[in-house]
Formats: sequence, structure tokens, C-alpha cells
Amino acid sequence: MQAPDIWCLNQHGEIELRGLLMAQDIQGLRQRRWGETLRQDNWWAAPLLVFSILMSFIVYSTWAAFQNAHYEYQNYLSPFYSPVLWGDSHHSWFGAQPAWWPSWLPFSPALLILPFPAGFRLTCYYYRGAYYKAFWADPPACAVGEPRKGYLGERYFPLVIQNIHRYFLYIAMLFLMILARDAYLGFWFDNDGDGSFSNFGIGVGTIVLCVNVLLLSSYTFGCHSLRHLVGGAWNKLSGSPIRSKCYGCVTRLNGQHMRWAWLSLFWVAFSDIYVRLCSMGIWHDFRIL
Amino acid sequence: MTTVNFKIWRGDKTAGDFQDYQTQVTEGMVVLDAVHQIQSESANDLACRWNCKAGKCGSCSAEVNGMPRLMCMTRLNDMDLSKSITIEPMRAFPPIKDLVTDVSHNYRAKKKIKPFKPRKPDNADGSWNMQQQDVERVQEFRKCIECYLCQDVCHVLRDHHKHDEFIGPRFFVYVAALEMHPLDETDRLPELKETQGIGYCNITKCCTKVCPEHITITDNAIIPLKERVADEFYDPVKKVIRRLFGLAKPNHKS
Repeated sequence: MQAPDIWCLNQHGEIELRGLLMAQDIQGLRQRRWGETLRQDNWWAAPLLVFSILMSFIVYSTWAAFQNAHYEYQNYLSPFYSPVLWGDSHHSWFGAQPAWWPSWLPFSPALLILPFPAGFRLTCYYYRGAYYKAFWADPPACAVGEPRKGYLGERYFPLVIQNIHRYFLYIAMLFLMILARDAYLGFWFDNDGDGSFSNFGIGVGTIVLCVNVLLLSSYTFGCHSLRHLVGGAWNKLSGSPIRSKCYGCVTRLNGQHMRWAWLSLFWVAFSDIYVRLCSMGIWHDFRIL
Repeated sequence: MTTVNFKIWRGDKTAGDFQDYQTQVTEGMVVLDAVHQIQSESANDLACRWNCKAGKCGSCSAEVNGMPRLMCMTRLNDMDLSKSITIEPMRAFPPIKDLVTDVSHNYRAKKKIKPFKPRKPDNADGSWNMQQQDVERVQEFRKCIECYLCQDVCHVLRDHHKHDEFIGPRFFVYVAALEMHPLDETDRLPELKETQGIGYCNITKCCTKVCPEHITITDNAIIPLKERVADEFYDPVKKVIRRLFGLAKPNHKS
């Protein structure tokens, strides 16, 4: 670790290097034990809740992804399986399971696409803070002792990879367009049973898929990386009204990023459950129109 | 009037422990009032920094019931007075005596940051033209009273003692105020990545939670700086596009 530089302004208003800063004496500081704190509130409740919800979601989505069944019901397609690149579905883009797929590898259309939205959430600034606490106790909660002495943060491998969040954002925006198309297709039913899906209607499933797109959009368009991309990177926004407007909109959504993150997570799982249970005949899709 | 038990940390950088003090608490009292009362009644040698008693000087920072707080802004009637109230010094800084800590890390950290250097004046009289909209973003950062509660709660300093490699949330706010200023033209990103250690921040948002001025430290200062560092050092595609089309770095456009 090199000694940091000391910077000053000189008499001509120029920034000048004044020397190197020596290491500081931090004698008298000790690392607290794991869980050691004088907090009197239930500080463990929030990380426990985050752990429980995220773990439940991971278990359910992994199970659902491996099923390769009951992911569509009439015109509805589960967001876990969208887009169906290959699969036995009328939603499939390139036909049935390809012949070149290795026989030893389980096939499911969800496995081909889920890593992308998963990567978006995994590298999301909000979720990072939440799961570092809940899964890694780093720290377990604010002002609570940690289990490990060493710490690398996001400065070194592997967590320096979190900086690729913006690339997952670009992919997530493509997925949003695909899910919006799915929601649109949710308005077109096959009343005649001829496979044409040309009858306009609204079912509860249509609303479920539309709300899913709405919540995912609120989450994605409030992303910190998008905020940077549309205006945050510029120090002067006054000369660009469109950029300024975009930055303002993303900033407003970003202020509630945590709320959108959780709501969209719940709803995307619920959308899959809805389509799955309708497909299994357990739930009946009520037609409003 | 209620008698409340206070456990106050007494000691210096070599050793210390909590000692019990009882005092009468009346309506409207804050923790600092109780500390002053204990000083006058039973512990004349209790060391404690304070100044304005109005949450503006940032002197009376301490940990009350385990959380970093300004003692002058922590009302006793918001707390459960049936239990002992613990008061200890900030744990991220070396103790000097009782509730007083050596916060010189913060002055040293500030020296690592390149100062404000404006572009050449826009007008012949040496003045600049600026739009309110452009300075609004950095005005939030100027609310900081330098109480260092954010530094205290940050686990990188508090638990991992990275004082020499990490400047801490307070100074990321300071860097953000300079870096995002529409007149400033200095590049602080290499230092931010290397010697100031922004990569150590893992976005726990504890700094935002304890800020008495309600500065959105993580979302408005640290994450935007992390994104600028990512632009510069971790985004190969952007780098190639910038080179191919000869584009300037956006944060350096004025």
C-alpha cells in the first residue's frame, strides 16, 4: 500500500503535491466479537427477514426453473421462462429443444435466460448492501460486530466484479421489452381454440403480467447505474433539458429503489405461481372481459 | 421526574470500562443534559466534548445504546428509561479520555483530497456563470456538520481499521461535492480508487442512517462516485467507444 499524497492549493491557485501522509496510530481500537453490540433494538430482525425472503426466492425460482413444465397457460407466459428461446411452447422463438443439447444436461428454457435477471439483482447496489448483511454478516447490522477479521470489500477480486452492474442493466432493459410484449400478448385469447390468439380480452392473468412489467420497470428505471448513465455522469445538466428531465425521473424512482426491488421480486415470483397454478388446473383464470 | 441509570464508559486509550451513574431525568432532557448533570453531581472529571447543544457543531458525537448519535439531539423521552442507558465514545477512533476521542484521522483524510480548482472565469471581472440547477446537487453535501458519526458507524473503519487506506463516508461526501461541482475541473478519480479506497465501501447505508443532517450519503454521493470510478476503470466498452469517437469524459464537460 503506497503512502497517500497530500494535496494543497499553492499561491498561484494551482493544485500542488505537498508530501506523503504517514500511517496513523490507531492504538486503542479493538475489533468487536461477532454480534457484539450495545444496541437494544431488534437489530437482527431486518437481516433475518432479508435472508428468509431472498432464500425463499432463490429456492423457489431454482425449483421452478428446473421444472420445464407448467410455465404457460393459454396466452400467459411465466416471466421466469420469458423469452422461451427453445422449448415445447407456442411462445418458443426457435422451436423445440435443440438436438445438439447434451443429453446429460437437464434442459429448461428458464435456465438459458434466468442468469441475466439474476445477475442484475445480484449486482444491484441496493441488494448488495442487503445481502452482504444478511448472508455474509459484513456487517450483520449497523454498529454490530463482525465474524471475520480480514476485509477486501469491493476493491479486490471477487467483489470488484460488481462493477459490471451496468452491463446487466442493459440486458435487463431488453428483458423488459420482452416482458412488455408478453403482457400485451396476455390481452389476446384463443376463444375459438384454433391457436390464433386473436380475441381481445382481459383476464386476471393479464393484470398480473401487466403489474409485473410495471413493477419491474419501476425497479429497473430507478437503477443507480441508469441514473449515472442518463445524467449523473455530467456536472452540468442545465444546457440539456431532455437529459435533465430523464435524470429527474430516474432520481425520483431511485429514491424508492428498495421498495421497487422488493415489490418486483415478490410479483415476479407471484406471476410464475399464478401461471403455474392455472396451468396445473389448481387455479382458474377469471376472465373480466 | 424519574431516576435513570446511565452506564458511561470511563477510561483512556490503554484501558476503560463502563461505570454506573444515577441521575434524575425531567421532561425535555436530552442525553447531553444528563451527562452534564452527572458531571456536576457525581463525576466532575468526566470528559466530554460539546459546544452548541443544537445539533449544528457536531462536537458531542458518541454512541448511545450502541448507535452513533449526537448526544444533544437524542431525547431521553424517546428511550426506554426502565433500562440502563449506555453512553460510550465513538468506537472508530482512538479514545483520549472518557467520551472524547482522537478524530485526527479525519483531518488527515481531508489532506488526501485534491482541493477545489475552478475553471478560468467566464467573465472579465473574474466571475463565473452558473445555473442553480447545476449546483443544487452539491448543495446537499454542504449540510455536513462534520460530526463524524458516519465515519464511526462505517464498519471499514470501525471493525476493520482501514484508516490508512479508506477516507470514509464523510470524505466521499466531500469529494462528491468537489467532483460534481459545475466549475471544478480537477480529476480525483485515480486517488478515489487507489489511496482513498472507495472500493472498500460495500453499501451498507449505515452512514446514511446515522447522519443527523439527513444527507443521502450512499445514494447521492458514494454510489455516483463508484459509478464514475467504474466509468473510468472498469468499463472497457465505454473506454473503447470514447476512444473511437474521441468523446470527452462526461464528468469533465462543463
